[in-house]
Amino acid sequence: MTTNLKFANVEVGTKLPALSVPIQRLDLIRYAGASGDFNIIHWNERFATSVGLPNVIAHGMFTMASAIRVVTDWVGDPGAVVEYGVRFTRTVPVPDDGVGVLLEISGEVTELLEAGRVRVTLTASSAGQTVLGRAQAVVQLA
Amino acid sequence: MALNPDLIGRTYPPSEPYLVGREKIREFARSIGDENPAYHDVAVAQGLGHADVVAPPTFAFTFVFASAAVVILDPDLGLDYTKVVHGEQSFVYSRPIVAGDELVVINTIENIRAAAGNDMITVKSVVSTTSGEPVVVTTKVIVARGTGAQ
Repeated sequence: MTTNLKFANVEVGTKLPALSVPIQRLDLIRYAGASGDFNIIHWNERFATSVGLPNVIAHGMFTMASAIRVVTDWVGDPGAVVEYGVRFTRTVPVPDDGVGVLLEISGEVTELLEAGRVRVTLTASSAGQTVLGRAQAVVQLA
Repeated sequence: MALNPDLIGRTYPPSEPYLVGREKIREFARSIGDENPAYHDVAVAQGLGHADVVAPPTFAFTFVFASAAVVILDPDLGLDYTKVVHGEQSFVYSRPIVAGDELVVINTIENIRAAAGNDMITVKSVVSTTSGEPVVVTTKVIVARGTGAQ
């Protein structure tokens, strides 16, 4: 693990560069293939609405994978992420309208830990509502 | 019908070894639109001190998810998979996953509890190399809608 980001240069309240991730149906299809999660609610609108969902929804794990990019982009070495956890609090409906939705992610250092580690708290929202709860990562800095 | 709490603590046999492929890591990274060179370029990953390209932090879920079929499909658990949603997910790494790792998953039902008419099942998945080196522990909470005691 190597990063140029120094623990001494970070404090509680340090903000990480935010990220906007556009999501269209094709992204969900691609993620289904790469991850092996072919649950029908992530690609078939007819089925998704028949089980009470507003539309096809993004994989929770797609949202989780996208959100941590704020941390890995910041730190450079993805191996610096030693812990990462989220709660899935809202679904992310993805309409087939040629536009899709935007996932907006931001992060902030919320705790300085021992051994050069920091806790980062992430916020992920779509259509103005947060979609992840207790989204936190522990990151090893230099 | 509430799920059987007697299954708390049940541990399933280890999964077949999963060989982490370089192209699989690249494919996964591309699927989330992530061009971080540590996922794609062996020389960059090695420059960071890794043996090969690094897996993104949530990559482990792909093979852990597949291995957890033994839990989801356990007839003693009686889960209706069409009523299951993902409630929580976490990863605690001992070290990053890199291409070439051969990994084994051991799944345990850590908890079953009722909440607001649903059953919440916590599954802990311990991932180690085939030679026993600990790599990552993932924990997921799955919510079985409408099965819990009211």
